[in-house]
Amino acid sequence: MSLYKGIFKRDMHIAFKQKAELVQPLMFLTMVVTLFPLGVSPSPDTLQRIGPGVIWIAAILSSLMAMERLFRDDFQDGSLEQYMLSGMALPAVSAVKVTVHWLVSFVPLFLLSPLLAMFLNLTVDMYIALVLTLLLGTPLLSLIGAIAVGLTVGLQKGGVLLALLLIPVFIPLLIFATSAVDSAALQLPYHAQLAIIAAMLLLAAALAPFAIAYSLKVSQN
Amino acid sequence: MWKWLHPYAKTERAYQLCLTLQPWFWVGALVCLSIGTVWGLAFAPQDYQQGDSFRIIYIHVPSAILSMGTYVAMAIAALVGMVWQWRTAYMSMIAMAPIGAVMTFIALFTGAAWGKPMWGAWWVWDARLTSELILLFLYMGVIALYGAFEDKQQAGKAAGVMALVGVVNIPIIHYSVEWWNTLHQGATISKFDNPSIAPEMLWPLLISLLGFAFFIGAVTTVRLRNEIVLREMHRPWVQALAMKAMSKQQSDAASTFVKEGN
Amino acid sequence: MLEARGLTCSKRDRTLFEGLSLVVDSSELLYLRGSNGAGKTSLLRILTGLSSPDAGAVLYNGVDISEDKAGYYHDLFYLGHKSGTNGSLSALDNLSFWLAQHKVSVPDNTLFDVLEKVGLVGLEDVPVRYLSAGQQRRVALSRLWLKPAKVWILDEPFTALDVKGVNLLETSMKEHVSNGGLIITTSHQSLSNAAGEHRVFDLEYRF
Repeated sequence: MSLYKGIFKRDMHIAFKQKAELVQPLMFLTMVVTLFPLGVSPSPDTLQRIGPGVIWIAAILSSLMAMERLFRDDFQDGSLEQYMLSGMALPAVSAVKVTVHWLVSFVPLFLLSPLLAMFLNLTVDMYIALVLTLLLGTPLLSLIGAIAVGLTVGLQKGGVLLALLLIPVFIPLLIFATSAVDSAALQLPYHAQLAIIAAMLLLAAALAPFAIAYSLKVSQN
Repeated sequence: MWKWLHPYAKTERAYQLCLTLQPWFWVGALVCLSIGTVWGLAFAPQDYQQGDSFRIIYIHVPSAILSMGTYVAMAIAALVGMVWQWRTAYMSMIAMAPIGAVMTFIALFTGAAWGKPMWGAWWVWDARLTSELILLFLYMGVIALYGAFEDKQQAGKAAGVMALVGVVNIPIIHYSVEWWNTLHQGATISKFDNPSIAPEMLWPLLISLLGFAFFIGAVTTVRLRNEIVLREMHRPWVQALAMKAMSKQQSDAASTFVKEGN
Repeated sequence: MLEARGLTCSKRDRTLFEGLSLVVDSSELLYLRGSNGAGKTSLLRILTGLSSPDAGAVLYNGVDISEDKAGYYHDLFYLGHKSGTNGSLSALDNLSFWLAQHKVSVPDNTLFDVLEKVGLVGLEDVPVRYLSAGQQRRVALSRLWLKPAKVWILDEPFTALDVKGVNLLETSMKEHVSNGGLIITTSHQSLSNAAGEHRVFDLEYRF
C-alpha cells in the first residue's frame, strides 16, 4: 500500500513541477467558453440555454489536451518499463496514475466553475447540478481517456488520433450531463441522469484499470 | 467445443477456408440480393402513407442492421484474438472494419435520402440516424488507430481494444441518443417505428438482409485473403502460391500466343 | 539459469528470429552480438517479459517467467535504451523511488557510496534533465549496485559512458559473474579483458 502512496506522491510532485501543463488546458477551456457569447449571442436567455452544453463540451475538449500527459513521460523515459519489471500490479498502478491525473487536471476546473457559470448566466440550481455532473463525470473522462492514451502513447503523433478515438465514446456522458443541468433549470428532478452517470462511472472504474494495463502492455510490445 | 476452430488460427488454413467459403458467399449474395431487391422494389405493395418512397427500406434497413452487426462481429474477433492470441482473429477484425464503415455510410446516405421526401430536409437529428453517425465515428477511430501503427501485429491488438471499448459503448450510446431525442423532439414520430409490417413487405426485406450478410461475408473473405498474403509475404507458402499463380499466368499467356500464331 | 525455448519474434511482419533456443547458466556472461535490426533489443525485451514472443517461452530456474513474475522480477535487473529516470526529479529522488518500487531497502549511506562510485556526488539534488547524457546513464546504472539482482540484462549499457565509466562497468560485470551472477549484454564495441571471460552469441540479420 505504501508503494502506491509512493507513486501518488511522486506523480503529484512531478505534476506540480510542470505547472504550465496544468494551467494551459484551463486557459483553453475559459477561452472556448468565451467564444460562444461572441459567436452565438450574448443574450442572457440564449446563454442560459446553451450554457451547460458549452461548459461540458469545453471541458471534454480541454481534457483531451491534458490527457496525453497521463503516460507520455513515463513511456518516453522508460519509467513504465521499470514499473512493469517491479512486479507491481499494473492495473493498480494505472488506477493510482488516473487518480492523480484527475486530481491535478479536473479539480482546478471546480475552482474555475463559478466564473464559467457567471459568464453563461446559469442559475444557482443549474450551477449545483453542473458541479454534481462534473464531479461524477470527469473521473469517467480520465478513466476512459487513459485507455486510449495507453494505446496511442507509443505513436509519434497521437494527439489528434486520441481525440478521434475518444469524442464518440464521450457522447453519452455529454448527453446525460447536459440534460441533468437542463432539468435543474426547469426545477425538475435530475436524479435519474446522475444515477446513470454514476453507473457508467462504476462500470468504468471496475473495468478501465485492466484495459489500461493491457493497452500499456500492447504499447510496450 | 472450440477445438474445431483452432486450426484456423494458422494463417494458411484461414486462407484456405476463405477460398472455400468465398464462392458460396458470392452466389448467396447474388441470388438473395437480386430476389430481394426485385421483389422489394417492383412487386411488394405500396405503403399507404409513404407511397413508393418507403421502398428504400430494402437497402436502408439491412445496411443499418448489419452496420451494427459487423461492429459486434469485429469485437468478437478482437476478443478471440485477445484470449487465444490468434493473429488471424485480428486480421479478420480489420478486414471487416472498412466494410462495416461502408455499410454505416450506406445506412446514413439512404436515411438522408429518405428524409428528404419525408421531412423536407436531407438531415434531421433523428435518434437512429444520429446513432449511425456516431457508429461511423467509432469505425473511423478503429481504422485510424490501426493505420497509425507500423507494426501491424501491435496495430491489431490496439484496434481490438478500441473495438471492445466501442462495443461496450454502443448500447449506451444508442440508449442515450434515443433519450436525448425524445427530450428535444418529443412530438415527431420516428419514421422507422412501423407498428407492424405486412408479410408481403417483410419477406423481401428478410431476403435482402440475408443478401447483404452474404455480401459482407464475401467481401470479408476477399479482404482477409488479401491481408493474409500481404502480412505473410515472406512465408514459403505464400511464395509458393505466388509462383503458382505466376506460372499459370505465363502458361495462359503462352497459349494465347500460340493461338494467335496459328 | 535462464533458458529460452523456441522463441519466435516478428516485427513489422519481418521474422527476426525463429525457434531460437538459448541457455545461460549462472556465473556466465553472454555477449549478444548482431548488426542493427537483427533483433537484439527485441530478444532482450522478450527475455525480460516486457514483450511476448510469437512462439516459445522463457524459463528462469525451470519455471516459465509468465507464471512466476514476482520471483523472476525479484532477481532481475534490466537496463534498456531508456534510462527509466524522470527528468524533473533529482538523481536521489529517482533512485529512492526506484528502490521502493522494486522493494529494495538500502541504508542511506550505501546510496551515497554508490553515488560516489559513479561520480555523481554534488549532483544528487539536480533534476536529472540538467545532467549530461553520460551522467544520466550513470544515474540509471547506479541501480546495479543497489539491487542485489542475480540476473542482469543490459541493452547497450556502454552508450554515452566515458572510458572510466566503461571500465567501472566492465569490472563490475566480472565481479558479478565471479559471485555466481548471470549477465546478458549487448554492445557495439566488443568487451575488453576487464569484463572477464564471456560467451559470444551471434544473432544473424534475416530478410
